[in-house]
Order: sequence, then C-alpha cells, then structure tokens
Amino acid sequence: MAANLSVTSRQKLGWGSANAVAIVIVAIPILWIVSLSFKTPGAITDPSFWPAQWTWGNYSGILTSSTFVRPLLNSIGIGLIATCIAVVFASMAAYAVARLAFPGKRLLVAGALLISIFPQISLVTPLYSIERSLSLFNTWPGLIIPYVAFGLPMAVYILAAFFQQIPWQLEKAATVDGATPWQAFTKIIAPLAAPGMVTSAILVFMFCWNEFLFAISLTSTTSARTAPAALAFFSGSSQFTTPTGPIAAAAVVITIPIIIFVSVFQRRIVSGLTSGAVKG
Amino acid sequence: MADMVLDQVTKRYPDGTLAVDKLSLDIADGEFVILVGPSGCGKSTTLNMIAGLEDISEGELRIGGKVVNDKTPKDRDIAMVFQSYALYPHMTVRENMGFALKLAKTPKTTINQKVEDAAQSLSLTDLLDRKPANLSGGQQQRVAMGRAIVRDPAAFLMDEPLSNLDPKLRVQMRLEVSKIQKRLGATMVYVTHDQTEALTLGDRVAVLRAGVLQQAASPQELYERPVNLFVAGFIGSPSMNFMSGTLDGDSLRTPLGDMPVSGSLRRELTTAGREVIVGIRPENFQDPALVSAEVRPHGITFQATIDVLESLGAEKYVYFAKDLGKVKFVTELEELAKDAGRADSGATSETVVARLDPATRISEGDDAQLWADTRALHVFDPATGRNLSVAAATKASGAGLTRGSAAS
Repeated sequence: MAANLSVTSRQKLGWGSANAVAIVIVAIPILWIVSLSFKTPGAITDPSFWPAQWTWGNYSGILTSSTFVRPLLNSIGIGLIATCIAVVFASMAAYAVARLAFPGKRLLVAGALLISIFPQISLVTPLYSIERSLSLFNTWPGLIIPYVAFGLPMAVYILAAFFQQIPWQLEKAATVDGATPWQAFTKIIAPLAAPGMVTSAILVFMFCWNEFLFAISLTSTTSARTAPAALAFFSGSSQFTTPTGPIAAAAVVITIPIIIFVSVFQRRIVSGLTSGAVKG
Repeated sequence: MADMVLDQVTKRYPDGTLAVDKLSLDIADGEFVILVGPSGCGKSTTLNMIAGLEDISEGELRIGGKVVNDKTPKDRDIAMVFQSYALYPHMTVRENMGFALKLAKTPKTTINQKVEDAAQSLSLTDLLDRKPANLSGGQQQRVAMGRAIVRDPAAFLMDEPLSNLDPKLRVQMRLEVSKIQKRLGATMVYVTHDQTEALTLGDRVAVLRAGVLQQAASPQELYERPVNLFVAGFIGSPSMNFMSGTLDGDSLRTPLGDMPVSGSLRRELTTAGREVIVGIRPENFQDPALVSAEVRPHGITFQATIDVLESLGAEKYVYFAKDLGKVKFVTELEELAKDAGRADSGATSETVVARLDPATRISEGDDAQLWADTRALHVFDPATGRNLSVAAATKASGAGLTRGSAAS
C-alpha cells in the first residue's frame, strides 16, 4: 500500500516543473516592476532584466513628493474608516440575519448579494453627478460611502456564517445570567465572532486599498485621491520623459501592505471564506 | 429560595400552535419537581417560560408570591443549566462561574469568594483557570452546575442536564444533582425525557403530553396509581402491557383469561361501558411454580408460548405473543410507542412482556404456564383513557388524590 501511495520521482519531477512554470508566470510581472523601480531613468529601456546600476532614487523621489505621499495617507485613512464602518454595521446586520426572524430578511440577503455582484462601472456616472450636487465630490466621504456600500455585503456574508456557528444556547445562558441583549452581544457573541470580524475587516480593507475605478472617477485633486489612482497622474521630470521608474516604485510601495496582510492572515482568510461551507 | 406557582400557564405560538395548555402546578419552596414527557410535549417550553426566555401567552407565573410574567430573566432571580451546558468558550471556568455576579456588579472579592466556595463543593478548584474546551464532559457539566450555584438564585431550572453524558457518568451525576439539591434546599425544576431520572430524582414528577399536564404526583404514586393510559404507559420500564377486555357479569374477559372484578370497580365500569383496556405491569406476572398457595387465588393462570427469554441475572424477562384484541384507544398508545423509551422495551402491541423471578425454570420455546396477579390490574376507559381502577379505589376509600391532578 505504502509503495502505491508514495509519489514516484517521475511524478515529483512532473509536478515540480509544472509548479515552477506557474510560479514564473505569476512572479515575472511583479519582479519586473521591482526591477524597474530600482533602475535609473536612463536605464528604463535597457534590455537587461536586472538593473545594471541599482538606485533608491525612484523611492526617495515619490516619498518626498506630495503627489504620492498625500494619496498614500488618503488610502490609509479612507480604507480604515470605511473598514470600521462596514464591519460594525455588517456585524449587526449579520447578527440579525443569523439569529432573528424579521420581515424582509430574504430581501435583505438577496439585496446584499445583488450589490456585491453589481457592475460598478454602471454606477460611476450617476455617482459622479450625485456627489457633485451634494458637494461630496473629491472628498473622503465621497469615497468612503461607496466603499462601505460595496464592502458591506461581503462582510455580512462572512459574519453571518460565523454567527450561525455560535450556539444559540450561549445567548440564552447569558440572558438567564442577567445580561441585556446588548451585553449578551458585546460580551459573549462578539468575542466569539472575533475571528470572523478580523477576516471581514481584512477583506474589506484590501478591497478599499485596491479600488481604482471610483478612486479615479470621484476625485480630482490629491486631497481625496487614493494611491492607486494617484499613480495614473504621475508625471515625468520633463514633458518628454515617461514616469516609468516612479510608477514602478509606487506600485511596489502600495503592494507591500497587501503582501504583509496576506502572509500573516493567509490561513484566517481562507478559513473565513469557507467557514460557511465546511464546519471547522 | 422561593416557591413557584404556575397558574393556567399557556403558550400559544403566533401560527396558532398550542405548545403548553393551561398548565397549573404549585411548586413548594425547596421542592424538586421533574417535568417529564415524550419529545414535543411542551416540557422545555414550560421551562423556558419560567426562565423568561419565552413569553407566557396566558396565565400567571408567580415566584415567591410575585407575578413575574413581564419580568426579564434578569429580574426573576433564576439560574438555568442547559443541555449543552452553554459554557462561554472564551472565558475560563472562573470567569464562567462569576459572569452573572459580574453583570450584577458584585464586588470582585465577593465574586472570587463565592466562585471558590462553589468550586470547592464541586471539586473544580484545580480547573478554575482552564477554558471549557480543555475539560471533559463531566467536568463541563459540573461547571454548568457551578455557574448556577454561585448565584444563589430563588430557583434552579435544569433542561436535560445529564443527557449528553455517557451512561456511567450520568448515574454518578444524577446522585450529585440530588445531593446538591438536598444540601442547598433549593427549589428545582428539572426537565427530562428519561423516566429513570424522573423517578429517582424528583420529590414530585409532572407528566406532560402534548402540552397538557397529565398527572403530578410522587414517583411511587405515578407508578402505582397512574390516572390515565398515557401515564401508565409512559412510567415504568419495560412498560405496561395493554390488552382489550370486556365486562361480562362479575368477570372481565381478557385475552389472558377471565378475571374477577371487585364491586367498586364494577360500579365504575357500568357507568363507563363494557369495553375496556386492561393494563398489567410486567412484574405482576410470575411463574406459577414460584407462587405460594395463599397468593395464587389472587390471580389467574394461563398458557403461553415463550418467544424470547432474556436473563438479566437478577430477573428474567419473557416475551410471549397473545392475540390482545383490537385496542381501541390508539392515539395515546401510538404516541407512547413512538417515544424512544418504549422502543428498547421490545414490547409491541401483540407481544406481552413479563418479568419473572430468576429462579424460574421456564425456557425459550416452552409452552409454559404463567400466573398473573389480578389485584394489580389497571382498567382504562377506552374513550377517555381514564384509569377506572384508580378512580374506583379512590371512591371506595373515600379520599381524593392528595396532590395528583388529572387534566383529561
């Protein structure tokens, strides 16, 4: 039996090379960006993959220019605020979906699903007009509001799955122990659903961080523009030079938080996404 | 501690289902009352209503003389132990036990003192800083008990607290619960579907069926004088054998033979009609060879082919088939058969089970003589399920049932 189950060296070789090809395909564009970000402006068109001469110039350039630092701060601020709002409201909504029977529950769940698959491009033009007339255009709230709207459904779905796994008798026990419904939620249910809240917070934050369409359509200056959108507005040192190096450096900078998040919370994100399907 | 009065308590769900129908029960201070019945009989709903986890549709619930219908669970001063224990997984044993006191804003030193006292009495002291996930089932159960004890409540409610334990531990914890109740002198309402638990633990047992209280009496009273067919069939394991019977002059014709009928029972029977259901408990059968000459005239002897014999050491169960006649009052009997407690008795409507002395020489496949004690006969009215023999005896002795109450 053991001999049948063990992987032969040929199989190992086959799987290994297939994996290697996949990794190379995925990694080359990223490594290319990294390499570009370290090249001097004159060496951008240099055919060699790795820079002949490494420089931090692109990084120091973007990190001292307000066209990138301000959008980076916008990204962090807008992302955190939208995530907080979305997770707080989503946990309340998810609790209701998981625990309470109320009229319109199916409508709420269906509506949330509908919003999460809604083509965002179709909303850009109306949102633009609405935000212009409400003077929300090019402000933080102008981006936070649509981000919360699109982050909520995802968070509600993840959290509802978590709440459903918490035995209802715990809440009854808390009630008999003298807890008000709010105390039962904050002292018993919420701490137990904390992994779900962390998962949904990470996913919502990543969505906000990566979002480009609204960021570029609903802002006009660096006062509210987020980092991904700001990249598109980089200009070269002169009218005739393309800002390839700075763009590559900025792309690397905004990727770093995502890489850290994913590597730290990888297991949790996967378990959060599948928690409704498989009992853990 | 306090007394508790359920006065015509009714639970009606919005869709019209009646879960509990006009349940009246007086629970004295320090009394241990068991609510027992098959699943779906409304016993857990009743407990939830007492706890305040479900609204009372009609009727009144009084704890310590005060109406608490509209009080929140918090203000009822009641502790509850759940079937799943419902320990808070993110808290240590100490925090679990002190949670209610912490919510009540009790000073920290008092909480610690109370938790440690309770832990001492349940031998949980070494486990106080563990999380529930690191405890065995029995330990978790004790923590759940401890959480209730710490609060020193007016009454304890227990919702099948032992049903998740393995049989050996269950017997052990049953004794433990009984000891705790006696030590605290606590008013306790205990829900179970296990009749052994009900009969061994309770000062008084209330049998429920389909939301209606059938009988509330001491375990012995329930066993010896069940007021109706349902209680007779539900209490006792293996359960009572039922067969049809017809009154003919001075005797009762049954598939086992003609049985004499006492004067008071006959009077009761003439008002109820001639067709009856006859019930006889397994232990009221005996091997005639082992029945003494002076007892023998109090019963009848009949012939039966023994299908199965089970020897349990201290007793022998024999099963034999008899054409028992069409038992007319079927709904209660069907309901009893559906209940899990009946399934392991092996008795169906065509099979009679008898418990014999282990000294008997009867063996499987024998065409044996058996003796049935006709003094212990129960006779039921097929129309209402009422126990006519108990009614007759009550009338004859001129005394009403002291605490028992029949709803049907």
